[in-house]
Amino acid sequence: MPVLSPELRERAEAIRARFPQGRERSAILPLLYLVQSVEGWVSREGLREVADLLALTTAEVEAVATFYTMIRTRPTGRHFIGVCTNLSCGLRGAREVHEAATRAAGLEGGGEVSDDGLFTVREEECLGACDAAPVVQVDFANHDRVTPERMAGIVDSLRGGEVPAPARGSAPGGFREASAILAGEGEAR
Amino acid sequence: MTEPIVTARWGEPDTVWIDRYVKTGGYRALKKALKMTPAEVIDEVKASGLRGRGGAGFPTGVKWSFVPKDSGKPTYVVVNFDESEPGTFNNRELVERDPHQLLEGAIITAYAIGSSAVFIYCRGEFLWPGLVLERAIAEAYEKGFLGRGIARSKYGVDVVLHRGGGAYICGEETALLESLEGFRGQPRQRPPFPAVEGLYSCPTVVNNVETLCNVPHIIEKGAAWYASIGTERSPGTKVFSISGKVERPGNYEVEMGIPFGALLEQAGGVLGNKRLKAWTPGGSSTPFLTAEHLEVGLDFESIQAAGSLLGTGAVIVCDESDCMVEAARRLVRFYAHESCGKCTTCREGTWWAVRVLGRIQGGLGRPEDLPLLEDLGRNMFGRGFCVLVDGAVSPMESTLRFFREEYEAHVREGRCPVTGEGPGPGVVERPAATAAETPLSLSEVLG
Repeated sequence: MPVLSPELRERAEAIRARFPQGRERSAILPLLYLVQSVEGWVSREGLREVADLLALTTAEVEAVATFYTMIRTRPTGRHFIGVCTNLSCGLRGAREVHEAATRAAGLEGGGEVSDDGLFTVREEECLGACDAAPVVQVDFANHDRVTPERMAGIVDSLRGGEVPAPARGSAPGGFREASAILAGEGEAR
Repeated sequence: MTEPIVTARWGEPDTVWIDRYVKTGGYRALKKALKMTPAEVIDEVKASGLRGRGGAGFPTGVKWSFVPKDSGKPTYVVVNFDESEPGTFNNRELVERDPHQLLEGAIITAYAIGSSAVFIYCRGEFLWPGLVLERAIAEAYEKGFLGRGIARSKYGVDVVLHRGGGAYICGEETALLESLEGFRGQPRQRPPFPAVEGLYSCPTVVNNVETLCNVPHIIEKGAAWYASIGTERSPGTKVFSISGKVERPGNYEVEMGIPFGALLEQAGGVLGNKRLKAWTPGGSSTPFLTAEHLEVGLDFESIQAAGSLLGTGAVIVCDESDCMVEAARRLVRFYAHESCGKCTTCREGTWWAVRVLGRIQGGLGRPEDLPLLEDLGRNMFGRGFCVLVDGAVSPMESTLRFFREEYEAHVREGRCPVTGEGPGPGVVERPAATAAETPLSLSEVLG
């Protein structure tokens, strides 16, 4: 089974057409996001399909995919939780928020995905919202001034199948949906 | 107090929508520009003295004038919306609150340099700001401000939003272009500069979001008006992002040159009435200044004279209860994480610096670690392929200079003299962080 369905292959064509003729390689990141929106990460097969779409080798695509942290080349939780621990957030208690996220997600023993497959928790570098420190992103939707207690509450809601409302805009349903938006295939609500 | 320029519409909730934007004078500057010649537009921006707000402060009009007129190639405008310098969040808010202002500035720029294609490189993590921009772009097409025959002129331009993948280095303009072309985001050798050979080896202007937001106002009100604001060599206003230990963190648009103390006061002063200890004037890559520098003017020249840089205007404030060794360690860790790996100076230098800072912060430092760090910094500064490595040296060099006693006390007492903490996160890496940050071992790679 190919990763991209015939419909998504058509979308892939439209993504390639954003760039001048002969410069389609520029579409590599949005195409990787498109694959990620299906798989929830980018597998070897996914890399191969992107390579095929752009007439590149799988190695060339992998070289690019592994450079960018938002392209996940390993299995990833249904929700991707990023806790900024850089200086502005650190001064406002981010370390405790990160610990709370890790504990609530059941990842305190290490590992990249929680046993229930729901969560990946990462320390993030500055997320560009330091006025609202400490900042947490759930599937790249911002939550402002998060306390350890609220962090645990956010994880609990997600576990119960409910996506908490972010500080601005609307929240994607999960990491896959966020990846679709990143491919340019999502909508503002 | 000067009137705000680029944040003037922030008070009105509906300006994200094009109707409201037009009602409040939006796209008027574009119509005016389309009646001028491209050369006149460039001259106006040149005469305004506008300098790039992304960090380097290069005169914007001069940058545009470097684009050759007879290259026979297409020309491009690339909007650098990869805002990632720690402490910086003004571009994000400028886009979230007033996306059409950016589009208008970008379209005028494209007209000035004879370009019919604009790419906006949006930071990947900016999911919502990107959606706001996509919506604004769709509106602008619908109302005839994008596409063919803009505002009944013969001019046409298209805009494509492109989302990054989470890499700080892509804010460096040549790395951004590499990334936009579909490669790993690693900087290119300069020259050739992007104005001559940029995107797809074609003449390209890369401008920061805040820079472009100023352009419509300069066109509408004229260069002389703009040049009368701020200081002689740093005209206009600057949106400062202030965060950390202040009462009211946020973005504040102020006239260039006002003393730092005045900005701090606007932000409500230091949190909880504590004493000011240190602050960055322009983000994590600019050397820390101290409480001795309250009178320093916030403009390119004055900050440089005080030993730091205006950078992106990102002010991070630390108070008396904050450990400056930990502050330096955390910022240098950022650079180690974001080093693109192209040059040894940066890749290895930042890696070692984090470890030395970590052991000092964690109470296991040795007296010789201080000169070691200084030596490391001297060997890194100015010797990288790009300036990322200089940014990494800034926090460690400046904290060593201003807070040497604090470093010495860490080594002497084997613990943090400020917080009283024993071994901290620096030396004993937590398991979660270790798993995510350590590269795969050989056995893992080989399976």
